Amino acid sequence: MSTLRKPAGTTIAAHAILITYTLIALFPVFVILINSFKTRRAIFREPLALPNADSFSLIGYQTVFNQGDFFLYFQNSMIVTVVSLTLILLFGAMAAFALAEYGFRGNTLMGLYLALGIMIPIRIGTVAILEMMVSTGLVNTLTALILVYTAQGLPLAVFILSEFMRGVSDDLKNAGRIDGLSEYQIFFRLVLPLVRPAMATVAVFNMIPIWNDLWFPLILAPAEEVKTLTLGSQVFIGQFVTDWNAVLSALSMAILPVMILYVIFSRQLIRGITSGAVK
Amino acid sequence: MTALKLENVNKSFGPVHVLKDINLTVEEGEFVVFVGPSGCGKSTLLRVIAGLEDASSGTVQIGDDIVNDVPPAKRGIAMVFQSYALYPHLTVKGNMGLGLKQEGQPKSVIEERVDKASKMLDLDDYLTRRPAELSGGQRQRVAIGRAIVRDPKLFLFDEPLSNLDAALRMNTRVEIAALHRTLSASMIYVTHDQIEAMTLADKIVVLRDGRIEQIGSPMELYNNPANRFVAGFLGSPSMNFLVRSVPGVAPGQTIGIRPEYLGLRADGQIAGQVTHVERLGGDTNLLVRTEQGETLTVRLFGQNDTQVGADVRLGFDPQMAFYFDETDHRVLPKAA
Ligand SMILES: Nc1ncnc2c1ncn2[C@@H]1O[C@H](COP(=O)(O)OP(=O)(O)OP(=O)(O)O)[C@@H](O)[C@H]1O
Ligand SMILES: [Mg+2]
Repeated sequence: MSTLRKPAGTTIAAHAILITYTLIALFPVFVILINSFKTRRAIFREPLALPNADSFSLIGYQTVFNQGDFFLYFQNSMIVTVVSLTLILLFGAMAAFALAEYGFRGNTLMGLYLALGIMIPIRIGTVAILEMMVSTGLVNTLTALILVYTAQGLPLAVFILSEFMRGVSDDLKNAGRIDGLSEYQIFFRLVLPLVRPAMATVAVFNMIPIWNDLWFPLILAPAEEVKTLTLGSQVFIGQFVTDWNAVLSALSMAILPVMILYVIFSRQLIRGITSGAVK
Repeated sequence: MTALKLENVNKSFGPVHVLKDINLTVEEGEFVVFVGPSGCGKSTLLRVIAGLEDASSGTVQIGDDIVNDVPPAKRGIAMVFQSYALYPHLTVKGNMGLGLKQEGQPKSVIEERVDKASKMLDLDDYLTRRPAELSGGQRQRVAIGRAIVRDPKLFLFDEPLSNLDAALRMNTRVEIAALHRTLSASMIYVTHDQIEAMTLADKIVVLRDGRIEQIGSPMELYNNPANRFVAGFLGSPSMNFLVRSVPGVAPGQTIGIRPEYLGLRADGQIAGQVTHVERLGGDTNLLVRTEQGETLTVRLFGQNDTQVGADVRLGFDPQMAFYFDETDHRVLPKAA
């Protein structure tokens, strides 16, 4: 990227604003992290203090590991998130390609129909979804969650990706056709690599709500062996007593995988967001 | 043998009728250039030939086969696009070899043909680079290389030089002409640059609004245009069309005189005033406003010191003038 020469004052102001925002955004995460390493008493006495020799304690992490099957929850969350994301990206990109590339009858209508899902929250249909899951015997399976999250993520994915796919040069696709690539090869080998930034954007937008969701796990898959991390952590939040050490430790650990996935996607993400502007 | 034969080809996009009754034959080894104003359907026609669009009606024959239902890859054609359209994630070598790989050719054949094409186009040093690491001219050569490697019966070029700067355009033009001689393959070339059209073509096809206006060799079209559109389209600066300024032109007719056939003569039939002078070194172009209020261009060879504002008289050889009727068709002069 080229460096544009800007007045120093503007640069400093921009940095000041961005740094302030970063601090504000990171503050809650920071508080959770430091408090997860403190004794219960220290958490309440001085919530903002760093853990020291006196207040340091791993009791929260011990509770989490001893109580409940934390690794199983973790694994469940991971499976649900990764599989849902994969399906959203795969089917979203395929639908977007069809909408962007082929002028079939009803193309616009289909696009509108798919975009409708962006405006209607899927939770409105919870009761119907639950009934369907009961009658198909999918209650208390990870499949139920994966299906729901895929359905929830597809509309936005199709919408964003089809916009990007319209931007891929026709000549390139035609060159592929002349060189004998099939439509599938054109999709997977020419178009997908070029819309990778958009795919990353879609992945990040979908990943966090899925990972953090409490609603559908609670309703569709509350059984012990299919609990997700968010639902599993709820055992520490009681109606009368809350085990803050355990809650904070569980949350700290839940942040990690999201962070890792985010780092993987973020380079692409930034390119996706700025791709219109910087070219 | 004919390389390509189009019979009554029509193409509509929904209600928009883009190509209208196109009939055209390209002989083997011929270099055919499509010219015409923007939006007249040149690219669409090329894409119909390539099989990237289906013709709405009519037949497309390449070699001996009717190819209306044959996919692009199996038509024995190769295409070079204006935007190069190189595969960004493949190296130069990968770009050139992909078509053969898809055909299932053995590695040795691919190596050999890529090697030959890269020698021909001076691309040996760049074979392992990706398109992003090449200049515009190099990219265009890779795109041409990708076409050569496939050893097609028919080459299709869609304005391949329009993204290059003037000097490079001239070099590449010469290279394409040389390529045509070495490969002696049939080529169809779309451009709206008339220098490219005149210098490269064995045969020029002038299109307007999806219709073929005239087909002929460059000099045939220049010396013997069938109508006013063709006359005005070829030649630079373009032909002057006058209604009032020349005495003896019948009402309803238009006289066309190329700027190079007009000269400053004391006894000339046209009187006017110079409004602008372009000195190009080798040539001098005068813009003259006639007493009857029409503007025309005069191309004088060599340098000339006529000044803006000068009153001049212009003469021409009547043999070199063209006459057109109200419908813009070429006619013989009518006595007034
Ligand atoms: N997919 C399409 N749908 C509808 N109309 C189209 C489509 N493709 C081309 N057209 C129309 O067909 C006409 C011819 O287009 P085409 O691209 O062949 O022009 P062209 O002669 O190549 O012009 P240029 O010199 O600007 O490249 C244009 O009026 C264009 O609007
Ligand atoms: Mg075109």
